[in-house]
Amino acid sequence: MFSLDLLQDALVSGVLLGCFYAAVSLGLSLSFGLLDVPNVAHPAFLVMASYGVFYLNDKFGVDPLLAGLLITPLLFVFGLVAYRLYYETFEKRGSDAGVRGIAFFFGIAFIIEVLLILQFGVDQQSVTASYIGKAWRIAGMRIPYRLLVAFAVAAGLTILLTLYLSKTFMGRAIRAVAQDQEALRLMGADPIRIKQWAFGISTAVLGISGALLIIVAPVNPTLDRSYIGRTFCVVVMAGLGSMSGTLVTAIILGVVEAVVLTMFGASWAPAISFAMLLGVLAVRPQGLFGRRS
Amino acid sequence: MKRRTFLGGTIAVTTLGLTSGAGAQQAPIKIGMSMALTGGLAGGGKASLLGTEIWRDDINARGGLLGRKVELVVYDDKSSASETPAIYSKLLDVDKVDLLFGPYATVPTAPIMPLVKQRGMVLIGNFAFQVNSKVGHDMWFNVAPWGPADSWAASFLDLGQKAGGKTVALLAADQEFAQNLALTARDVAKKMNMPIVFDQSYPPTTVEFSGILRALNAAKPDIVYVASYPPDSAGILRAVNEIGVGDNVKIFGGGMVGLQFGAVMENLGSLLNGVVNYNSWLPEPTMFFDGTKAFFETYSKRAPEAKVDPLGYYLAPFGFASGQLIEQAVKAAGSLDQKAIAKYLRENTHQTIVGPIAFSADGERKENATLQAQFRGIVDKNMDQFRKSGKQVILYPAKLKSGELITPFEAARN
Repeated sequence: MFSLDLLQDALVSGVLLGCFYAAVSLGLSLSFGLLDVPNVAHPAFLVMASYGVFYLNDKFGVDPLLAGLLITPLLFVFGLVAYRLYYETFEKRGSDAGVRGIAFFFGIAFIIEVLLILQFGVDQQSVTASYIGKAWRIAGMRIPYRLLVAFAVAAGLTILLTLYLSKTFMGRAIRAVAQDQEALRLMGADPIRIKQWAFGISTAVLGISGALLIIVAPVNPTLDRSYIGRTFCVVVMAGLGSMSGTLVTAIILGVVEAVVLTMFGASWAPAISFAMLLGVLAVRPQGLFGRRS
Repeated sequence: MKRRTFLGGTIAVTTLGLTSGAGAQQAPIKIGMSMALTGGLAGGGKASLLGTEIWRDDINARGGLLGRKVELVVYDDKSSASETPAIYSKLLDVDKVDLLFGPYATVPTAPIMPLVKQRGMVLIGNFAFQVNSKVGHDMWFNVAPWGPADSWAASFLDLGQKAGGKTVALLAADQEFAQNLALTARDVAKKMNMPIVFDQSYPPTTVEFSGILRALNAAKPDIVYVASYPPDSAGILRAVNEIGVGDNVKIFGGGMVGLQFGAVMENLGSLLNGVVNYNSWLPEPTMFFDGTKAFFETYSKRAPEAKVDPLGYYLAPFGFASGQLIEQAVKAAGSLDQKAIAKYLRENTHQTIVGPIAFSADGERKENATLQAQFRGIVDKNMDQFRKSGKQVILYPAKLKSGELITPFEAARN
């Protein structure tokens, strides 16, 4: 049953799927990777953003990607508030380490799930757009447009974030706070405000990521649970805080999953993510693209 | 203390005496049941209960059963198997109900079977699948149209074979119900001498199905049997629309859960076209029996208020039919004697709004009445289209057939 055509198909769909994984993991790479905030509510924020996109698309017929951009400022403010709340109740008291910090974000994730169920019900919701449900025919293959959109947007988002973190003053400050918070404080800067800003950016990115999530597949209020493992896997395996590393790692994961699915069956695909994570951490504890600290 | 007890006893006896003397005719007949009113099965459970409530109101308007009003005693089982044994014990011991209806679906029903058998109570099953096969309770009567265990897969594969299909692909969710369907499909395919050229299960967390579909296409099957759950059904059909399944596929679908509910169907819209899938009731001309039309008129009026599936085809008429079964049996028995009710149910054919129902020895339908129907001419975002006939053409069983299979699958999708 296995053929070169099939392998070619698997490689292409793996790259596209990987880009989608990257798009939903980039925000986490910023909040968990750079800021050390154990943000397990990241996928719940993501699903919440998807529902925002759904609302605008369903009620006003706004294109999902445009809707994602429209809700970005709201998500930024939401991130600022969420971090401040986390800082005041946990980080400031020095109780952010370990289980308690995670419990805080798990709590938020459950609250979001319940609110979404109350507002939108348990049914799946999806959006309509001209590029959903059609495929591009090339070289004997059919590639869904929605995955091509995910590919382009993920690449664009990665470039944008990398440039922001390396070229702008605020971006460099975020990287500085990730490296040495105390040194930053001694320079007269307020590391907490910088972290708050960075967390805001990590949730703002979810506007576009959430749009991609609902473009690629319908969403339901508890979908976040399916993404916790996958997003953390990508971020940890990439090496904490590397944006381009996140993209490359997600693509590697996507390709490996697609090839395994084609050759051995779909049941093995999720196990592969975690087997690779364990393998990478055993050989390179700092992750594929992380610097040794 | 003793005196108080004596006094209490006197009052109790007096009250009892009064009730039995003056108001025996007026004491309602209590029918006890649990229902999934919250949790994963609630969407179906609420619609099912509304069907039974419509029957209750109907019979009470007609003067009740044996001259007594009918009262439903219903508890929410939260869609959970751990809730139902306690609820049914309470129904029998505290509420002292006269008759029992089963909860909706297999999982909540299975754990109450031993208790109901031990107490010698008739139980009208509500869409549970093969829960009595090992318990062997001779007073179990399932209103669902299932029939023998392998009938789902058999009817679908038979349609495929008649359309010229020789090979089978199986795609099933890694989940108990879907795996059971896949298991019977494997057996049936073997019996029918049809080789299985693709057999895959996918984990419930799968979000993207285009890769799976490419692998399936490469096997070039003639018949594709899919046993999926609501979240995946949408993903699979979307990938089918984009990637295609090849011109050799004669028939696609079979065991896709979710495509029976209004909200899901409205959401999927034109993606449904061509899919052949199981169902229990559909608004085709062959499905209207005495009282069916009137039932759906009432249901449509009450559904918005009850916030349930506006169509309610899959479960609601069977909730009503459960009532009709018990009504006919109690009337024939002339009492609430469980053995007499069971005997009548076992030995006769019962006319209901979902058609005539007769039971085999295991309490399942004598004849499989599970429909296989093909979606046709469906457009996006339109709930009302599903109320018309011709949108889900019944291909099986022969008695209820309302059209012929359009094949190959790709031709049926346009």
